[in-house]
Amino acid sequence: MIQAFAFYLFAAVVILSGALTVLSRNPVHSVLWLILAFFNAAGLMVLVGAEFIAMLLVIVYVGAVAVLFLFVVMMLDIDFAELRSGFVRYGFFGLLVALVLAAEMIIAGGAWSAGSLELSQRAAPTSGDLPNIEAMGALIYSKYLYIFEAAGLVLLVAMIGAIVLTHRERKDVRPQNISDQVRRRPQDAVRNVVQPVGQGVEL
Amino acid sequence: MTEWFQSTWMGPALGWFVSTTILILMIALPLMLAVAMIIYADRKIWAAMALRRGPNVVGPLGLLQSFADGLKVMLQETIIPSAANRGLFLLAPIITFTVALIVWAVIPFGEGMVLADINVGLLYLLAASSLGVYGVIISGWASNSKYPFYSALRAAAQMVSYEVSIGFVLISVVLWADSFNLSTIVLAQQAHVFGFLNGFGFNPLLFPMAVVFLISALAETARAPFDLTEAESELVAGYQTEYSSMSFALFWLGEYANVLLMCALNAILFWGGWLPPVDWAPLYAVPGIIWFFAKILIFFFVFSWIKATVPRYRYDQLMRLGWKIFLPISLIWVFLVSGYLMLTRYGA
Repeated sequence: MIQAFAFYLFAAVVILSGALTVLSRNPVHSVLWLILAFFNAAGLMVLVGAEFIAMLLVIVYVGAVAVLFLFVVMMLDIDFAELRSGFVRYGFFGLLVALVLAAEMIIAGGAWSAGSLELSQRAAPTSGDLPNIEAMGALIYSKYLYIFEAAGLVLLVAMIGAIVLTHRERKDVRPQNISDQVRRRPQDAVRNVVQPVGQGVEL
Repeated sequence: MTEWFQSTWMGPALGWFVSTTILILMIALPLMLAVAMIIYADRKIWAAMALRRGPNVVGPLGLLQSFADGLKVMLQETIIPSAANRGLFLLAPIITFTVALIVWAVIPFGEGMVLADINVGLLYLLAASSLGVYGVIISGWASNSKYPFYSALRAAAQMVSYEVSIGFVLISVVLWADSFNLSTIVLAQQAHVFGFLNGFGFNPLLFPMAVVFLISALAETARAPFDLTEAESELVAGYQTEYSSMSFALFWLGEYANVLLMCALNAILFWGGWLPPVDWAPLYAVPGIIWFFAKILIFFFVFSWIKATVPRYRYDQLMRLGWKIFLPISLIWVFLVSGYLMLTRYGA
């Protein structure tokens, strides 16, 4: 009973906050609703016994990706009239995308209920008492090792690309070099001189 | 305890509910008391290092100072600025406080003394503590005021940056302990070094990670010298500037509960949690929870000590430390630790 209650609670909150993500007028509210949706999706993952994926969802999406989203959206200068002006122009494409997504979801649901490819594996992600970190590790680092490594490589390339694209060398600022500062000694910087009156100091 | 409640008239479902609620209160209420006392201790230590007396008027030795402060804020009016975003403004301190409490669910206070003994305990901690930043960001944005807003931006970047190095430090501990479960991690430290020292921190390969973790914990909880989110010379009081009364108190309590959590994590991950420092039978006569609290208090003293002695970092220096020093070091260390374990434990 409690499982069903938890499922409907999480599912309803996911759908509601998903809808509010789209419908909110204020982009910051939209991002916050999106975060709530992520969080409840993690709750659903826990219910199906995938606690590792649930924690990753919270750590990666809620804890990092959404923070950066919020970071950017918060700094926007929001003009609400401007935001709503393109509604008719983009409305058609929006409807088209929504229809495609709806059709795909219906097809996926139909295929699922018609019986998927491996019926025995679709019910439980791991067998009973095996923690699902170990189950995933055993699979990723043996059977899917090369695909996993390739995914890592793709991410690395994307990361380097992002750094190269956004990096700019600024000539007009003097960056702090901490090792230079630490290495500097009093005798390099200060000189005591006894100077006769009336003569300038040699610099 | 759960079994006992379930065996009474309540039945399995209600019995579980009642016993879990009691266990939660058994953690949360002493935690609040501990936070009150730790705020007093913080002020006393800070005062002593500045050659002042600190709170010494309310109660014997000023021991009741925090309670007097608590009563004061409770009786004050909650002021909501007219330009603030009302709902989010009030939500932010609640998030901070709640998140600071829920992380304690997986902390083992002794052998088997843990509310939720889940096998992804460490990931749960990381997930819950990464939620903490939302309280700060939301309060900064919803206040609709420039100092809180700057503070929120700083907090967002700072916490995300240091979570990266904390993640790598945790990975090296997890590799050594072979588990994400906090109780298993503590037990893996028994007689870890030379067969009699309890704690990963005594291991020369993991000690640098303990240092990185301690410093990252300071940055993660925005304590001095990394308290740029509430740098009073630049940002008034940072994200708390517009808050008053209980909404301010919730930030305050949540912040200190997080500091205590980080002290507890230092103790659990590197210094043997509830185990005595040396694996010697007479020391086990002292209950584990006392060892654990003693370790938390030592780390809290270190936190206060640092707060009293170290000047505040500049923001670019903070970012440099996180990304250019801690990230490479912790990444290399994960490589070293996993390489060493590969050679010794699993064969070349």
